Amino acid sequence: MNAVIQPELVCPAGSPRALDVALEAGADAVYLGLRDATNARNFAGLNFSPAELRAAVRRAHASGRKVLMALNTQALSPDPGPWLRAVDVAADAGVDALIAADVAVMAHAKKHHPALRLHLSVQGSATNHEAIALYHERYGIQRAVLPRVLTLSQVAHVIRQTPVEIEVFGFGSLCVMVEGRCALSSYATGRSPNNAGVCSPAESVRWEEKGGQVDARLGGVLIDRYGPEEHRAYPTLCKGRFEIEGRREHALEEPTSLNTIDVLPELIRAGVKAIKIEGRQRSAAYIDQVTRVWRQAIDRAVADLAAYEPSPAGQQALQRLSEGRQTTLGALSRPWQ
Amino acid sequence: MTMTLTAGAVQYHWPRDTLFRFYADLADSPVHDVVLGEVVCSRRRDVKPADWLALAAELTQAGKRVWLGTLALIETEAELRGVRQAVERGDVLIEANDAAAVRLAWHAGRPWSIGTHVNVYSSEALAEYREMGAIRWLAPVELDLDAMQAVMAPHRGHIEAEVFAFGRLPLALSARCFTARHHGLQKDHCGFVCGNDPDGLDVTTQEGQLFLAINGIQTQSGTVQCLLHHLPGLIGAGVSALRLSPCAWDFLEVLRLHDAALRGRLAPGDAEAVLRGLKLPGPLSNGFTHARTPGMAWEVA
Repeated sequence: MNAVIQPELVCPAGSPRALDVALEAGADAVYLGLRDATNARNFAGLNFSPAELRAAVRRAHASGRKVLMALNTQALSPDPGPWLRAVDVAADAGVDALIAADVAVMAHAKKHHPALRLHLSVQGSATNHEAIALYHERYGIQRAVLPRVLTLSQVAHVIRQTPVEIEVFGFGSLCVMVEGRCALSSYATGRSPNNAGVCSPAESVRWEEKGGQVDARLGGVLIDRYGPEEHRAYPTLCKGRFEIEGRREHALEEPTSLNTIDVLPELIRAGVKAIKIEGRQRSAAYIDQVTRVWRQAIDRAVADLAAYEPSPAGQQALQRLSEGRQTTLGALSRPWQ
Repeated sequence: MTMTLTAGAVQYHWPRDTLFRFYADLADSPVHDVVLGEVVCSRRRDVKPADWLALAAELTQAGKRVWLGTLALIETEAELRGVRQAVERGDVLIEANDAAAVRLAWHAGRPWSIGTHVNVYSSEALAEYREMGAIRWLAPVELDLDAMQAVMAPHRGHIEAEVFAFGRLPLALSARCFTARHHGLQKDHCGFVCGNDPDGLDVTTQEGQLFLAINGIQTQSGTVQCLLHHLPGLIGAGVSALRLSPCAWDFLEVLRLHDAALRGRLAPGDAEAVLRGLKLPGPLSNGFTHARTPGMAWEVA
């Protein structure tokens, strides 16, 4: 029997406080971004200044943990300078890896900071081993984060075919579209993950209440309409209710979160090197709870893979923290295939 | 500088006979480039690789430059094999729609084109792909004209640049088939129900606004891109070709009116009026030409 590889638990931090909480709760690595459009959670009041980044690296390293910096939007002409300078900031701060999506960013890093470890962001959109090989041989990426569109067996196949470490999403908001190649948000609002580091941005959201009925709009477009008793979800464009052939339905996806804790042993057997928790925009309390549940789950699974079962209390906690209070295995298991 | 027309890959599941007739018509049309191939769903196999190559030969004979578009979302080894075989055969030029195809085309050492799903948002990124042998670039749909000009500035004369100028915009891809989902069908037993939607399946808001169109695993704009009012701006930005995406009705008319507009025989407003008279699947949009403007917007300067 092969030795079990313990996957790294990679947790989000949108603030120095969240970073401390994640470390305290048992994250092996924390990922974060600078306070600008160079990362895909470019939200007001979130993220790190260069000085906060340096302090974060010091604190994480003091406890033997890692800091990964997300620089995962597309460097935009006419001024890609902020993205390229952010690579320099990351290298100077001594981050353990840069999570990048754009070949311009990776090329700059390889040329000017050859010792800086590179991870291919989920926004890099590599869904197969041949795509990963491009970034590996040309830019030397050492890890790739897979888009949330593959089945478990496809994930296992990629791992068998590539020398690059594979990281997958474990829990959090679910992108049903292939990350890095989605322009739905800019179609409705002018701003998207690629061009602004945001999806369905809050400044484009409008809630309108009329006679008990509540309309959720994004860029003026009616994304969903709720009755007085209905649970309301944030109007993420792909999770709204629309009409097709006269029938109202969640045309693309329902408000739901990804939760892979049930299949953790399969992910470990497949050789997944790291499991990522989504949610740099979430509160410190959220990160604390999710990190604790996953820390315990990974430790228990690694101790005895065959006997592993998700803890009911942990599952309940994750359920409570989920979008629309429901979770899915997403593409990993495809009841719809 | 002259601008040429490209007929993009057919995004929909049209019957085999319809496709063959469509390409026979294109042979006599004013397009300069034609992109062939199934780029959306690997389950659509009515037209075999050998058929595409035969079509390519005919169109080449008719004086067109022919490209084969690769599958935009590659998940399985079989899909990867299909792309590898297409690239390695070398009969046609390749339009690479994901990083796997980029790598294969690069290693094959032949000229290739950067598809719209391969992200290029800066001069620096374009330089990377040029180094890997790209000779042509179809910009991401959300790249505005000013950014386009900036990206192209150091590359003018060294790479052909193309923009998505007509048709429903390809906005997103997913593993799940939304057409099958709507019909309550399993993806692997879909009965190719998307064949009933030759322009995609309309998605409207609960107040009746045509918003999106679903086409299997692809989500498109409900609106129809129209850049007829931006031709001088496009030429100024270094764009040398307009990508016109096939629609089910009146596509030859769409080609002709764009050709007339490029030759200065039709003023933009008149061309727009002709376009609006055709059987289009949705209202016109051009918002993506401006930064931070919703792509679904329609603005006339």
